[in-house]
Amino acid sequence: MINSWEVIETNHMVEHENLDVRTITIGISLLECIDSDLDKLNENIYRRITTVAKDLAKVGDAIQKEFGIPIVNKRISVTPIALVGGAACKSPEDFATIADTLDRAAEAVGADLIGGYSALVSKGMTKADEMLLRSIPTALCRTKRVCSSANLASTKTGINMDAVKLMGEILLEVAEMSKDRDSVDCMKLVVFCNAPDDNPFMAGAFHGVTEADAIINVGVSGPGVVKTALEKVRGENFEVLCETIKKTAFKVTRVGQLVAQEASRMLGIPFGIVDLSLAPTPAVGDSVADILCEIGLEFAGAPGTTAALAMLNDQVKKGGVMASSYVGGLSGAFIPVSEDQGMIDAVQAGAITLEKLEAMTCVCSVGLDMIAIPGDTKATTISGMIADEMALGMVNQKTTACRLIPVIGKGVGDTVEFGGLFGYAPIMPVNKFSCDDFINRGGRIPAPIHSFKN
Amino acid sequence: MENKQQKTIITVVGKDTVGIIAKVCTYLAENGINILDISQTIVSGYFNMMMIADFNGSKKAFGDCQEDLEKLGEEIGVDIKCQREEIFQKMHRI
Repeated sequence: MINSWEVIETNHMVEHENLDVRTITIGISLLECIDSDLDKLNENIYRRITTVAKDLAKVGDAIQKEFGIPIVNKRISVTPIALVGGAACKSPEDFATIADTLDRAAEAVGADLIGGYSALVSKGMTKADEMLLRSIPTALCRTKRVCSSANLASTKTGINMDAVKLMGEILLEVAEMSKDRDSVDCMKLVVFCNAPDDNPFMAGAFHGVTEADAIINVGVSGPGVVKTALEKVRGENFEVLCETIKKTAFKVTRVGQLVAQEASRMLGIPFGIVDLSLAPTPAVGDSVADILCEIGLEFAGAPGTTAALAMLNDQVKKGGVMASSYVGGLSGAFIPVSEDQGMIDAVQAGAITLEKLEAMTCVCSVGLDMIAIPGDTKATTISGMIADEMALGMVNQKTTACRLIPVIGKGVGDTVEFGGLFGYAPIMPVNKFSCDDFINRGGRIPAPIHSFKN
Repeated sequence: MENKQQKTIITVVGKDTVGIIAKVCTYLAENGINILDISQTIVSGYFNMMMIADFNGSKKAFGDCQEDLEKLGEEIGVDIKCQREEIFQKMHRI
């Protein structure tokens, strides 16, 4: 029988330590919607999404009430639109009409965001892929809920440098088109290496082609819970530290597992995975950087940060894996800058640089995330930063990503406000030296060798 | 939601005052909700009561009871929560 201390502990996590379910994401396959007529295709997509996800908001609210656990976001991910729209779309504008449809459908079912305006181009681009990528600026700027992603590289295929070059230009275009709003639309666009098919987190969620018709994926968030647990073991050795993180990760993940199972039962859609990520928010006490400080660093970014983060990430997985029957998605600690107050503080104190963040992404998910850079950064420089991050993922056989925000009209020393869960970010300096000739070569970087690992 | 053998945890947190348990129990009795267990502790000066209740015979829907109890809590000046037991079971038991 449950005792009152356990009940108090759980409720304390929710009320004071920001324990919540970050997202219930329904993955929906749109492959059956494919048609060569664009109007028909849009109609099919709208009908499919509004049928499968019609109870999403209702079920989310019901679970929140019954268990007393906040569910912050209800989301949808769909089959990469480059695949779905390939037969019908003859121009980037044609693709953008699908983004409009996704936006309408998401609004109709009360989903906060919809992901999957995506192309998988890790080796080569089809005409449809390229048109979709070129339509991203229009699509993102005239929709509210649509998120876009592109997989530019993988361990098996290498890096598609043509696509990397293109995405540097596209990102600047998105920034330019939303410059009157501090280029905020860039946060709805992310590029990946080794993108997972079942990621519930935005902006990178899409429903991979290896997935079933529909599936429920859940992401939990509990950096505050881990931080509070670690406060009780200050000064103890690494064994105690690691045990504490594992136990806490177990508890947090169990909540995700329960919510995923309930959502699956109530919606009549199979349970996919729980994503074991530590996802911060700008709320005080909901920060991954604060955990690093609790582990013993003055600020995130101090020497030792990469080791501390590697340890944290590994223990979260070790604790979480046993708590859930299926684990997937990104599963690791997120280190976005703008969404994490401790990270913002570290930038403002001058403790952390882009280069250190890059090193940190070698040992955790997911990459250079929500980082504001000067608006006058060249497209080739952005492509160079993307290529570096892709290389880390490719060689280390892990998912890495880039979600950079070049803020047009602002430079180092300025701050941008993204609002709500997305927080604010000080603009970080970017290395000024050129990589033009490297990016302009064109072609692919071959896949790395899978032996002789050193 | 539809209850099949579901236990519910009711927690009451707030400043101690006369009649908290009486009022909550009266409400539960009037609505056909059976109390299986009650325990009470004081944590950092605050009154903490936990009840395990069986809603199977409840005359009202779970959601309505939640709202009623929340309102009752506001009247007494305490925080009353009503949650399905699974969340605690899952988190604290393997």
